[in-house]
Amino acid sequence: MARFVLRRLVGMVAVLFAVSVLTFLIFNVIPNSDPAQRIAGKAATPNLIASINEEWGFDNSLPDQYVTMMKKVFSGDLVSYFARENVDERIVEGIPATFSLCLGAAVIWMFFGILFGYLSAVRAGGLLDRALTVFAVAGISIPVFGLAAIFLIYLTYKTEIFPSGEYVEFASDPLEWAEHLILPWITLAIVYVGFYSRVLRSNMLDAMNEDYVRTARAKGLGERQVMSRHVLRNSLAPIITLFGLDFGALLGGAILVEGIFNINGVGLYAFESLKNVDLPPIMAIVLFGAFFVVLFNALVDIAYAWLDPRVRLGDSAS
Amino acid sequence: MSGEPLLAVRDLRVGFATEGGRVQAVDGVSFELAPGEVLAIVGESGAGKSVTAQTIIGLTKSGNARIEGSVRLRGTELIDAGDEELRKVRGERVGMVFQDPMTSFNPVYRIGAQIVEAIRAHRDGASKADARERAIELLDSVGIPDAPRRIDAYPHEFSGGMRQRAMIAMALALEPEVLIADEPTTALDVTVQAQILALLERLNRERGLATILITHDLGVVAEVADRVVVMYAGRVIEQGTLDEIFYDPQHPYTWGLLGSLTRMDRERPQRLPQISGAPPSLLDLPQGCSFRPRCPHEFGRCSELPGLDARLAEAPSHLDRCWFSPEDKRERRLVEGEIGLEAPAR
Repeated sequence: MARFVLRRLVGMVAVLFAVSVLTFLIFNVIPNSDPAQRIAGKAATPNLIASINEEWGFDNSLPDQYVTMMKKVFSGDLVSYFARENVDERIVEGIPATFSLCLGAAVIWMFFGILFGYLSAVRAGGLLDRALTVFAVAGISIPVFGLAAIFLIYLTYKTEIFPSGEYVEFASDPLEWAEHLILPWITLAIVYVGFYSRVLRSNMLDAMNEDYVRTARAKGLGERQVMSRHVLRNSLAPIITLFGLDFGALLGGAILVEGIFNINGVGLYAFESLKNVDLPPIMAIVLFGAFFVVLFNALVDIAYAWLDPRVRLGDSAS
Repeated sequence: MSGEPLLAVRDLRVGFATEGGRVQAVDGVSFELAPGEVLAIVGESGAGKSVTAQTIIGLTKSGNARIEGSVRLRGTELIDAGDEELRKVRGERVGMVFQDPMTSFNPVYRIGAQIVEAIRAHRDGASKADARERAIELLDSVGIPDAPRRIDAYPHEFSGGMRQRAMIAMALALEPEVLIADEPTTALDVTVQAQILALLERLNRERGLATILITHDLGVVAEVADRVVVMYAGRVIEQGTLDEIFYDPQHPYTWGLLGSLTRMDRERPQRLPQISGAPPSLLDLPQGCSFRPRCPHEFGRCSELPGLDARLAEAPSHLDRCWFSPEDKRERRLVEGEIGLEAPAR
């Protein structure tokens, strides 16, 4: 198992390197215009462009340019010329809000996604299954901004049950922190609850026809044990995959939800930067987001090996 | 048969509602299993063998299944038993082994854990350590070498034969009175088949374990069975002792099965004999005898379903469903001096 983990981590570093090269090419090489001008932003002076050209070494070879850019991103002196602020600092500032949002939403969507999927599968064809199906399809279909608007209108402005988003530090007041995040959590989670419960339901229905489930019944296990230990457990792998990809992608910033609820996280920063075509932060956030996608992909593979022993290929277990 | 049978199946009917209509997979099957006996149920795919076997412990129960008749285990009715009552019978009193050992173990748990799970499902008080000890003992007794180490292997780390041995060990974990083996050797290599059969035979001999062996392989039947039930299209068409079925078969279908066996003690035929045609669709059974469309000896009365009756004065336990008189049958079943079924006239 240790060797498997190590192999995955090495692979992860390789993928991250490839992602960084791609980011560099997409932003600095492929567009057929002066990169310094694009980085300088909309209201650039010739002086600024000249100094950027020098600082980023756009006259040097491509590998040189790549190294310069990576140095800037990772040493923390990447600057947004548009907003005149340090990009890395802004991203770090946004992390607590984004992570709070994503973690809370993930707990909700995994819990209810698995619960609803399990109930649907066990009661397939019944009334509960149909009700949950309607809920799931509705959850998948309603766009995030629509749902957020409905929540804000009815639960914040008309009834004032929940505050209208914004982020309160966990350390300063945990209760406020949660209260402010409840609506964003639910908004973000609902799509995933619907989707995950449908995927789990169909996986479980497939698993129920497996020979080993018949064996489990034949040896005298109770129906609940059959369902949880044999059907559910063997149906979780695709859910874990989805979770890894979705969660990893969200950690790079939940742009819509952060934007609507005015949560000052990485997503909101991305949103503002995109609006202003502010290239340095966009570049940094792409790398930041890619890191989590790749990280969670590796974690998914490791979780797979734990869930299904047949995956531990090349391991000396056999 | 002396005294009360261990297991008595009476007029068992299992029907499934399908999109094409109602499929009567099992239609009025009756047989008994005596303590210590090996009963073989033979027939081709779709004859209803597996459905019969699985219905005994309620595995075919579902929304679209209609199950009628009676299955009594030492006098206790199982057909209308509740879930908890059935659960206690499964594994504890009736063990079951399935056809494909590759897929019958859950791939994500260790072999030992799955046996321990079976034990603890019925012994609330059993500690994990005790159950594990017992599992090692069981694996050892079915001939798995180095059981204390192999118990922690995953199913994919076992060969097919080893998995089937482990499957049998699991089925025997609680010392059931009846073992149902549903095509236990079909998915295995021929040499491994022989080993598994030898194992089943040894268990029967040493422990007096009553066994229902479901198979389509008459070679397997000849080796281990005491009595034989032949099924065709959901019905029993003949049943009797091993010798009765092999040396004095009464139903043309049985003749055909025996005639299509390849035998090492005979000259090799040009072409392997076969029963022409295919089994009927259960959605559209012929009227009367279901074997009628494939039978070269068909005559007028065959459109009327014969009962499963004893037609031989000297063998009251030998039952069959064919209208011909025993004398007629003994004459008709000879094809070039051997028991067989001639190809129907075209």
